[in-house]
Amino acid sequence: MATFLEEVNEKISGVPIQRCYHCRKCTAGCPLSFAMEYNPNRIIKMIQMGKRDEVLNSSTIWLCVSCETCITRCPNEVDIARLMDALRQMAIESGVGAGEKNILKFHEAFLSSVKLWGRINEPLMMMQYKLKSGDLFSDMAMGIDMFKKGKLPLLPPRTKDIKTVKKVFEKTKHS
Amino acid sequence: MKVSYYPGCSLHGTAKEYDQSVKAVCGALGIELKEVDDWCCCGATSAHSTNFKLSIALPALTLIAAEKDAADVSEVMVPCAACFNRLKTANYHLKKDSALKSEVEGIAGREYRGSIAVRNPIDIIYNDIGLETLQGKVTKKLTGLKPVSYYGCLLLRPPEVCEFDDYENPVMLDSIMNCLGADARPWSYKTDCCGGSLTISKTNIVTRMVNKLMTMAREAEANCLVAACPICMANLDMRASENVRLPVFYFTELIALALGLAGSENWFKLHHTDPAPLLSVLGLL
Repeated sequence: MATFLEEVNEKISGVPIQRCYHCRKCTAGCPLSFAMEYNPNRIIKMIQMGKRDEVLNSSTIWLCVSCETCITRCPNEVDIARLMDALRQMAIESGVGAGEKNILKFHEAFLSSVKLWGRINEPLMMMQYKLKSGDLFSDMAMGIDMFKKGKLPLLPPRTKDIKTVKKVFEKTKHS
Repeated sequence: MKVSYYPGCSLHGTAKEYDQSVKAVCGALGIELKEVDDWCCCGATSAHSTNFKLSIALPALTLIAAEKDAADVSEVMVPCAACFNRLKTANYHLKKDSALKSEVEGIAGREYRGSIAVRNPIDIIYNDIGLETLQGKVTKKLTGLKPVSYYGCLLLRPPEVCEFDDYENPVMLDSIMNCLGADARPWSYKTDCCGGSLTISKTNIVTRMVNKLMTMAREAEANCLVAACPICMANLDMRASENVRLPVFYFTELIALALGLAGSENWFKLHHTDPAPLLSVLGLL
């Protein structure tokens, strides 16, 4: 059976993360490290040590916003941004539940809007997020303000060839 | 010049002033835009965060749709930094990985030729139109406006994908602003992150991040920020605390203002932080 490290390396299919020599440049530049449970460098170390559950359950992998500063500055070209994507996908696949539930719920609401219409309908997407997360009342004033400014069209924008969009979702479901 | 145009979802909704100002500026600079037929969402952060193949296949559909116009155009202009990054990333992987390309072609049921280059409007205006031409069209110098240029993340990183401007200290926006008569202030936060898609699910984190940007912009003696991304714009414009906030503009709104194009007053009304008081004091409205 593959180790956690081998599994991760296969997923990111780039520079193997053993190449990290822990200079912590990724962490020094990470704009979200202040809010993270484990900083990016610590995540690399934990993968090297096989701490699968702690990594996949952590809030860190969901708080990463993919600003790509880490990979831009890494002297060894370890693609940490791609690594975070891979870890999120592994967390979803292994059903461990997201360490930051509402962040995943936002992604799900976003993608379900794309799957239905091919494009994002912001009011409906927000409504769906609010129902999923139970966070019903935040940003109400802002939403009303935007609606008044005509920024939230009620009719969903659509891609005509929605069949192909749906097919893309179906065929990539198990990747 | 004629280019294909991919507005993406935001420019038809929350960032409609970006869409309208891009179109006005392109009209004035002789850039003809042909919107990609029946485009779909690029998938944004949500797709690549949860499913790599989906995150390549969705923008691939748009790139393939743009290729239908290949006889006429060889480039697609993408104003939204997030869409720009996703379309660039799709081109990058599809050109490098032939197995992925065949798989995506199978999923889409269409051939991907890779004949359309993805470019953002800063690049096209700076490199193809040129500052001299731009300056020649200025009718109202933006004297007194002191913006800091804010690129954020997705226009520049990762550099081998984005292939655009200096990725640690980009300069094109500064040059464009100065050529309009504004006084672009130097600062070190041009490429810092605004918190992006966390704005809905983790608002407190985003507020902390944009407050730092606003504070540093003030320290650089700026009186506004200039952006080129609907997500950066939304976060800076709506999430900063009242005691530090400054007005934020799309760079195309300021070009349109300096060129005396119709519409700018209406676009400014769509902002959350009203820029009218600043512009009135400076005699620009």
